[in-house]
Amino acid sequence: MTTTPPSLTKAPDRLTLRERMPSVAILGPLIALALAIIFFSTQSDRFLSAQNFSLIFQQVSYVAVLAIGQTLIILTAGIDLAAGVIMALGGVVMTRLAVNSGLNPYLSIGLGLFATTFVGWLNGLLITRLRLPPFIVTLGMYGIVFGATQVYSRSETVSNLPDPLNFFGSTFRVGATTWTYGTVLMLLLYLLTHLILTQTGPGRHLYAVGNNPEAARLTGIPTNRVILLVYTLAGLTYGIAALLLTARTGVGDPNAGQTEALASITAVVLGGTSLFGGRGAIVGTLLGALIVGVFTNGLTLMGVPSVYQYIITGVLTILAVAVDQLSRKKA
Amino acid sequence: MRTPSKIVTASLAAATVLGLALAQGNQPVVGLITKTDTNPFFVKMKEGAQQQASKLGARLLTAAGKSDGDNAGQVAAIENMVGAGAKTILITPSDARAIVPAIQKARAQGVQVIALDSPTDPPSAVDALFATNNFQAGVLIGRYAKAMMGSKPLKVATIDLFPGAAVGVLRHNGFLAGLGVKNNGQAITDKLTTQVSGGVVVCSQDGFGDQAKGQTAMENCLQKNPDINLVYTINEPSGYGAYQALKNAGKEKDVMIVSVDGGCNGVRGVQSGVFAATSQQYPLKMAAMGVEAGVQYAKTGKKVKSGYTDTGVTLIAAKAAPGVPSRNVQYGLANCWGK
Repeated sequence: MTTTPPSLTKAPDRLTLRERMPSVAILGPLIALALAIIFFSTQSDRFLSAQNFSLIFQQVSYVAVLAIGQTLIILTAGIDLAAGVIMALGGVVMTRLAVNSGLNPYLSIGLGLFATTFVGWLNGLLITRLRLPPFIVTLGMYGIVFGATQVYSRSETVSNLPDPLNFFGSTFRVGATTWTYGTVLMLLLYLLTHLILTQTGPGRHLYAVGNNPEAARLTGIPTNRVILLVYTLAGLTYGIAALLLTARTGVGDPNAGQTEALASITAVVLGGTSLFGGRGAIVGTLLGALIVGVFTNGLTLMGVPSVYQYIITGVLTILAVAVDQLSRKKA
Repeated sequence: MRTPSKIVTASLAAATVLGLALAQGNQPVVGLITKTDTNPFFVKMKEGAQQQASKLGARLLTAAGKSDGDNAGQVAAIENMVGAGAKTILITPSDARAIVPAIQKARAQGVQVIALDSPTDPPSAVDALFATNNFQAGVLIGRYAKAMMGSKPLKVATIDLFPGAAVGVLRHNGFLAGLGVKNNGQAITDKLTTQVSGGVVVCSQDGFGDQAKGQTAMENCLQKNPDINLVYTINEPSGYGAYQALKNAGKEKDVMIVSVDGGCNGVRGVQSGVFAATSQQYPLKMAAMGVEAGVQYAKTGKKVKSGYTDTGVTLIAAKAAPGVPSRNVQYGLANCWGK
């Protein structure tokens, strides 16, 4: 993968089309998703229904929101292995404060969001100030956050949540289908992130930093500040994901999120974002998350045992990136 | 790669453990190694062991694997505990076969090793096993469901653990045996090492014992077959997930859920009608019996009676079924573990 670093004389907001919004890049995942949908429609008559699709959206919503933060980080050529456990921390903080400490539910949600944002900020600080690789920092943070969550919750699941914590799991009807407010929030967040990445200066800076941090620094972009902001915002998205997961299940579960960081990375990669940074689109990530959801749902409807579902999802991940690489070589 | 600093740290840690052990004089030392220290089941087991140890004046060392299936972590824990002077080690093996060599090494040094909760393979690798009969736990809820469903044609969904987990296989097969299902014309026994599928089972998915994943699994099963009328779940958290899925589909009234574990949160689910019945097991009892055997061995040199001791399983149901012995919710709440 080669990208042309922005030339040093060019102002950062005059990046090439590919860096700004590689609309071509989301064609791959879009085609993959369409093919998957067509295939499963032929295999099960229950697959192609609005109700089934609203279900898939509900199932992927919290991983999809985690993947927003993960996309921002991967665009800067970083990675966050702690995304899932930070989400679990947020969920446990929100629910314990509201249920066990009797705090106002809205305040509890606020403090839960603050906790995950703080951990994200801490990740960013360690990466930018101490110049540590993101892989190492977030690997360490995985252990710290997981352990702290267990200690704080005494490994116990919190249930009987007050209404505000269940809000995003509640449903409204559109025609014959039911949708959750969580799904709507997820789609709104994607829209917002898309706008920020494509229409604003900081969004374009992010691509520049991912492409070539040194060149970005020389053109006057505050590289470290961008990276710190990215990890902090990612922490906030994990908190929102916690809110969605908590509302979906009706509990605060300290053991949640142990595999979700990898699930979010899978969504990002399937969506055509490069792990080397600087190339990709947030819309692709949403498609990536949906591809995984469509496969899990479709294979279940076909009656494929779970063990084969792991194999198929694994093959799919490698295949998606391989196709992406090959098409790039030709280009 | 062993770096010198790693060796230094390890030696320091070992010395500290050893120093502590020596400082405690001749208190009997008992080690407890669980699969993880995050699952409430094992958290309770540890508490039960601690209570019994304080009562009998023994010192308890505890350790756990990092995650379910972490054999290497358990091996290291055995080595450390032998080094710390434990005369008895209680272990819930994460990997029934892989842990055997480490257990043999400890036993060769005169340490009594007792398996709790799940057996080793071969079972004779340990001095004794104190555990729930997981197959029997499945049989009880299967028989209960059969009695309650009467002559209704069964459409069953099973929300299982993860591929190859012995506990999951035994409960799943036991449940089907209790339902009276045959496997290719043969009766299902606890000798089968793979999960039975097909027949009345219209959908089987892995939920990892996790509520969110259990919910997703059940949602997809319902999409596949909306007429499912009986659900088995490996444990109550995945049962709650399945219930959430049924509730969202407006089917929670017409579908029976049965589960295994009998944690307090699960028994409350029986009380509120989320579950029809659950098979209750007794982690505190396993731990207390183990510590007692450890103290006895330290004081008298007499090992525990070898072989399998069933710590019992009780069917907890709000509504008794004819011909299936069960206890009510009050009994379940009085004897449950967790909060």
